[in-house]
Amino acid sequence: MGIQVLFFGSITDITLVAALSWEYCADTDTLMKGVLNRFPALANKKYFLALNQQVIHENAPLKQGDTVALMPPFSGG
Amino acid sequence: MILPGFGADAQQKLAEAKVLIVGMGGLGCPVLQYLAGAGVGSIGIMDPDQVSLSNLHRQVLFNESDIGQLKVKVASQKIKKLNSEVQLIEYPFQLSKDNALSIIEQFDCVVDATDNFGAKYLINDVCVMLNKPWVYGAVSGYEGQVAVLNNIRMPQPVHYRHLFPQQPLQNEFASCEETGVIGVLPGIIGTLQAAEAIKWITGLGKEQNGSLLNYHFLSGSWYAIALSVNPQVPVVDESFFYKTNYEMEPMNEEEDLEDIDIAEIDIRQFLQIQEQPGHFILDVRELHEYPTVDFVHARIPMSVLKESLDQLPQQPVYIICHQGIRSVYAAQYIKLHKGVETYSVKGGLTAYFNAVSNE
Repeated sequence: MGIQVLFFGSITDITLVAALSWEYCADTDTLMKGVLNRFPALANKKYFLALNQQVIHENAPLKQGDTVALMPPFSGG
Repeated sequence: MILPGFGADAQQKLAEAKVLIVGMGGLGCPVLQYLAGAGVGSIGIMDPDQVSLSNLHRQVLFNESDIGQLKVKVASQKIKKLNSEVQLIEYPFQLSKDNALSIIEQFDCVVDATDNFGAKYLINDVCVMLNKPWVYGAVSGYEGQVAVLNNIRMPQPVHYRHLFPQQPLQNEFASCEETGVIGVLPGIIGTLQAAEAIKWITGLGKEQNGSLLNYHFLSGSWYAIALSVNPQVPVVDESFFYKTNYEMEPMNEEEDLEDIDIAEIDIRQFLQIQEQPGHFILDVRELHEYPTVDFVHARIPMSVLKESLDQLPQQPVYIICHQGIRSVYAAQYIKLHKGVETYSVKGGLTAYFNAVSNE
């Protein structure tokens, strides 16, 4: 099952996809290390993380089948 | 009205409500129409701009004969025909640090229909200080989102700085006017904002405590994220407010790009450059932006420019984007960090395609 990673807004300018299946990892810090490794340009981007549709403010343990979303700020109108 | 739960009491609450809509653009138009239609008693409308042709596809209150007139004036005239009882207060200027406290104080809640981060942070901080809720709305590309923030009926209201404690830097993100937007998208988001404002005023339905609802136009899908208090949030109080700069800051906090002098060239000069051998043209639009261009160029999107400087040759760079706004910042940034001469193409590809099609 692994981890489902979702990208929103201007983050997809970098990833060019809205979703990726990721190999299981133990927590969000480890996951993000891998994601940043694959998309180095994300390092300077602002975004928050949501685990299973719930915002998280610190490292969180992951289980198989979890979904992690990267949400950048939006400002257009 | 015979909707269960929506009786005289709800209608009375709407009639007594005072709502400020900041921005009379793609989001603000539907917000105003539905709030006035619902019978909100007093509505403040704020926007310094005049109606222009490029607004019409998404700012559905306006038509061709309104071009050149103040948006708040036109909006007010049209809404009075829809509901003559609604009291409209026109603010034909921008929300600023100087006027925000005294204006927002007069309203029960604020609907954010702005198109820039400076205004969103200003609305947020003033609403936190004055203990008022605000309905956030924004679009980005094919996505849009809405949230009720600083919902003061909740024991621990979540506000915008719980999501993004620091305001993003200038041109970290492109605006709608620059990248373009499908008109119906801000229509959907603005309509949702009106819905949340009506729910908040009447107390109907589920109380939102900063649940962020994201809509994707292309996939037709919705994604809701439950928000919560961020322990790293700065304390938003008077001293924080007075020392905060709500103007959009340059791309890098340590440097002031505005002091970097770069040259702008017009389309005629740009066409001449293309004839010269060995020129280097850089397109800084994001990868999803169309159309593609027919002249030889390199493409490094603005969003990855900082990390990509070593891909640029040590020679003069001619920079182009959609409208010639982002290219100025890219030119300043590259000149500062690469030490090469940079030129921004005035009017961008919009001007280029106009010139080419007129030939």
